[in-house]
Amino acid sequence: MTQGGPLATQRFAFVAVCVLGAAVGCGPRAQSIKIDGSSTVYPISEAVAESFRGVRPDIRVTVGLSGTGGGMKKFTAGEIDICDASRGIKDSEVEALTEAEVPFTEFSVAFDGIAVVVHPENDWVDSLTVEQLASIWRPLDDAPVKKWNELNPAWPDEEIKLYGPGTDSGTFEYFTEAIVGEAKSCRSDFAASEDDNVLVTSVSEDKYSLGYFGFAYYAENTGKLKLLGVAQGEAEPVQPSVEAIRDNSYAPLSRPLFIYVRNDLLNRPAGAEFVEFYLDKAGEMAAEVGYVAVSDDVAAENLKKYQKALAK
Amino acid sequence: MSRNADIHSLEIKRSYLGSSLFGWLCAAATYICIAVLVGLLVTVLVNGVPWLSWTLLTSFPSRDPAKAGVLPALAGSLWLIGITALVSIPTGVGAAVYLEEYANSSWWRKLVQLNISNLAGVPSIVYGILGLGLFVRAMSLERSVIAGALTLTLVVLPIVILSTQEALRAVPSTIRQASYALGATRWQTVWLQVLPAALPGVMTGVILAIARALGEAAPLVAVGAVAFVAFVPQSLGDEFSALPLQIFNWAERPQEEFHGLASAAIVVLLAVLILLNTGAVLVRAKYGRRIKW
Repeated sequence: MTQGGPLATQRFAFVAVCVLGAAVGCGPRAQSIKIDGSSTVYPISEAVAESFRGVRPDIRVTVGLSGTGGGMKKFTAGEIDICDASRGIKDSEVEALTEAEVPFTEFSVAFDGIAVVVHPENDWVDSLTVEQLASIWRPLDDAPVKKWNELNPAWPDEEIKLYGPGTDSGTFEYFTEAIVGEAKSCRSDFAASEDDNVLVTSVSEDKYSLGYFGFAYYAENTGKLKLLGVAQGEAEPVQPSVEAIRDNSYAPLSRPLFIYVRNDLLNRPAGAEFVEFYLDKAGEMAAEVGYVAVSDDVAAENLKKYQKALAK
Repeated sequence: MSRNADIHSLEIKRSYLGSSLFGWLCAAATYICIAVLVGLLVTVLVNGVPWLSWTLLTSFPSRDPAKAGVLPALAGSLWLIGITALVSIPTGVGAAVYLEEYANSSWWRKLVQLNISNLAGVPSIVYGILGLGLFVRAMSLERSVIAGALTLTLVVLPIVILSTQEALRAVPSTIRQASYALGATRWQTVWLQVLPAALPGVMTGVILAIARALGEAAPLVAVGAVAFVAFVPQSLGDEFSALPLQIFNWAERPQEEFHGLASAAIVVLLAVLILLNTGAVLVRAKYGRRIKW
């Protein structure tokens, strides 16, 4: 049988030590700046936050990635100071923010292109028009194109295997709006993944595939994929490149990335410093993590908006 | 011995095709499980070991893979499982002791029991949303270590209760009767006889629960754990990250180097898990040996 006494004492001692350990260290809270939102914008905010730590190690900057929609909800609820967004703010979100009396400022911090890709051995197609892409991706009710030879009789009589981001992603929302014409309006029988690396692998393993995802994922896997040009109407097809994405000639699949900043963050001493630092470094960081820096005009525009928000 | 031999020869006589086929199928199931596990481990190790370094353990996340580390995520995970254990073990064991040793068999007890069994199967994201509403917003704990740990407590509590109940049921009722016969009170019986005897089983449940808490990402995302924190949480009110979130974040990046880092972080997570398991095995060995009936 067990000896109860010493065991019980040991157990009490263990619990006491644990409770003591938890109570220690409840000190005063340091100044913090909270960022959350789109996982697409996340790498830029992370890079900026990391660099800012070198300048002001006393300020705690945290970056989350709960998605543009989730971030906006937290932004409205006053739980975060800056919201990362891979799309422009929606009217409904502006309303909610007005109602919550949260004045904010929008800054465009980088550009991202959505790359349309096929298998490297695909030798029949070099570019597609927006109309062709729309005919492939439109909802099943509108009888989308299923086989390559339906687009062009000279192309193979094989089914187009479609790969794209999951329906919760900002990329999906942007692509469907730009191509099909209505956000989230899309056929449902494509292979979706929230992880763009899975899409890269899938497209590179299937000769009759067609997929789309952020340009950075193409740039890291140029050997495994073939990039398609996209043509608007009768215009010449344009392949995405840093220049084409920045000057928006790769339309309609180049999109701006935003941060939304609560104006009252600027009243906090470290807040203004951080936002200024962000705007200053955004271009450099965007390029470093695989996005396209905004043009000088947009950067100047950002600075003007910042000054205006600061003056209030 | 001779009886065993008899049974054995009997089985030879009755060795039908179906019987041996069933044996082979069960063996195949075992080997498939092992193969999958070994495959996973080997892949993770091959990808992750080159990235394992002191820098990984002592640095903050970075855009430069060579400088990136898991320090805040590792510290966050340790905080989380520490507090989760601290809250869920007393509560869970207490609830199990009440249900097994004190509560009368009534419709009320059956209802509670049924609910606990069902709660063990609820997807963790549901607890995450509950945690967001209850701890983060209603109790305004914000996106803190304590809010995350309490949410994880909700996730693992049913596991602790159910496994503790199993362990208590496995203690022979003769032990309780002997204790009462010697004049012990119910408190003395439970605290000095039943609980120590059930300790190995309880520890198994606790370890399962902690392992679950360590690997959960979904409920933490819901309560607002962040992916980038450039500081180690120092108090219950601090914001935090956790290893599964860091792994997810790195695995999603376009750059190949971050995928290696993700594998290395998985190795770190596994190492923490193995350390915890070893601790539990030692505790079980220490207290399990003392008990002889």
